[in-house]
Amino acid sequence: MDRVDKIRGPISVLNRSDVDTDQIIPKQFLKRVERTGFGQYLFYDWAKEPGWDLDPNQILVTGRNFGCGSSREHAPWALQDYGFKALVAPSFADIFYSNCTKIGMLPVPLPEEEVEALMAAEEAEIDLEAEVVRFAGREVPFDIDPDLRHRLLNGLDDIGITLQSGEAIERYEAERERAGPVTTEL
Amino acid sequence: MAAEPTTLFDKIWAAHEVAPGLLYIDLHLVHEVTSPQAFDALRIAGRKVRRPDRTLATADHNVPTDGSSRAAQILDQLSRVQVETLERNCAEFGVPIYSLGSERQGIVHVIGPELGVTQPGMTIVCGDSHTATHGAMGALAFGIGTSEVEHVLATQTLRQTRPKSMRISYSGDLSFGVTAKDLILGTLGEIGVEGGAGYAIEFAGEAIERLSMEGRLTVCNMTIEGGGRAGMIAPDETTFEWLDGRPAAPDPLPVEAWRELRTDPGARFDREVEVDAGALSPQVTWGTTPGMVAPVTEAVPDPRTPGEERALDYMALEAGTRIEEIRLDRVFIGSCTNSRIGDLRAAAAMVEGRRVAPSVEAMVVPGSAQVKIQAEHEGLDEVFRRAGFDWRSAGCSMCLGMNPDILAPGERCASTSNRNFEGRQGRGGRSHLVSPEMAAAAAIEGRFVDIRDWEPAREPGPAGTR
Repeated sequence: MDRVDKIRGPISVLNRSDVDTDQIIPKQFLKRVERTGFGQYLFYDWAKEPGWDLDPNQILVTGRNFGCGSSREHAPWALQDYGFKALVAPSFADIFYSNCTKIGMLPVPLPEEEVEALMAAEEAEIDLEAEVVRFAGREVPFDIDPDLRHRLLNGLDDIGITLQSGEAIERYEAERERAGPVTTEL
Repeated sequence: MAAEPTTLFDKIWAAHEVAPGLLYIDLHLVHEVTSPQAFDALRIAGRKVRRPDRTLATADHNVPTDGSSRAAQILDQLSRVQVETLERNCAEFGVPIYSLGSERQGIVHVIGPELGVTQPGMTIVCGDSHTATHGAMGALAFGIGTSEVEHVLATQTLRQTRPKSMRISYSGDLSFGVTAKDLILGTLGEIGVEGGAGYAIEFAGEAIERLSMEGRLTVCNMTIEGGGRAGMIAPDETTFEWLDGRPAAPDPLPVEAWRELRTDPGARFDREVEVDAGALSPQVTWGTTPGMVAPVTEAVPDPRTPGEERALDYMALEAGTRIEEIRLDRVFIGSCTNSRIGDLRAAAAMVEGRRVAPSVEAMVVPGSAQVKIQAEHEGLDEVFRRAGFDWRSAGCSMCLGMNPDILAPGERCASTSNRNFEGRQGRGGRSHLVSPEMAAAAAIEGRFVDIRDWEPAREPGPAGTR
């Protein structure tokens, strides 16, 4: 996973709330067994609407509850493949937020009025180290779990980190694991 | 000193914490759509599936429902490749699988409880947002993405930030004609599609205790539509009775231990919500999120936000139109929300001796091969067929339209599934979420009706039966 640090540049705006992952990447594209190449299908149906304009900048600013619905990681894959490295919104759906962080794309929650102000700005800088978004001469702080921040800043792979707890997992299995169900004996 | 009172969620979380923020996973359910990239990554890293004996796969999302019994028969090439890839991955990594043709194949959230691999006190994950379904049996169950699928395959654990806790308590009792589906739709209308975000939700109260196991599965299934990642219900006699004798259930059931899995009196939740179940009517969604919902007795409301305006435009509905005036082209009875045998029995009772309206195309898709076998044993398939329904084989089908079962642009559908998002059931399709009973009655009338006072004449039986 690539390290996330400062993400700076022009922003793209999608001013809609409750954008679900079915819109981000419709079902017909989930049949692929690869992880790459989803960007061309991003917002496949909406992109056909007249007036649709979404530049592939590094920062997408959007409405609340972004990424609700299906857990498909294809949605973050498509956004990342399209060019986005960070997403800013008043709130994100839980699974979507988690999925973004697993692939090194940074979701940034900001208060609704700050998101509105940011939408009016042309560019921004997101500084993960300092946990702030800078735009229009201002600096707005955002929240992120410290462990997650550390992992993103260093581009660390979750599985690698967990395997360092291999002994703890083995101990759990030896001492506390529940009996069954054993799926291989059904 | 007495122990602090804790919630059902607290107890399951504590029993599975390997290290802070690292949870042990008792059961990992796998399907064809969200797993291929995870298996690929394992292969590239030279990793194995740590616990195939705690992993179970099935093919459900894009299988045809035409009775195909082998992956090779799937006409859509991409779907075929995806199901074959799952079969190959499971063979290579030693993961048990019920694929097309197996008598245990079906929607992953239907077969888990059906086989009894879903049990109280477990942690259960699946690369699917409707995994909260399993919480109805007193498990902590939630949906994950493909990177997390890979993580669980490799380590049998998952990194999780501890969610906040919410309890939704239902007073009163559901009245005649009002179902578990109406209860959860009505709740979504109240808390909104983001009301549960960041929470593990416990559903409690008299109305929940009186629900059948299947009704509870319906309620927990739609937790994610309110933004909640996990929904759960304390196990009780209803749960134990359901599990007794299932293929994977312990014999005897450890009911004494399972009875401990409940929220202690005085335990604190971060948020408490109360809903009067007795006040609920049958619900129908009118918009493009499950929270855009109204009682069948009411009208499409005036839009309050740009999102609602957009939704009415997409749905081709005008504010003020009575729900009962909305006419339908299609009816879909199926999905992980409402495709269990109880759902099919309830729908069949509505249509027995009646005919689907000539303008409506209606289909029933059982949730699993087992549900289909049971329904056919009871003659429900004949009831549906005689009424003019298409009787299909098990899969997710038109809930998300990854297989050939889709809406055409502009078609309006009464659906027992869980999402009415734009294009969800087919590009340009318009979905209204309802209970199986409401969907069945809508199929007969060609429009929504209030099933509480619906009693049309039944046709005389087939020649020779009277």
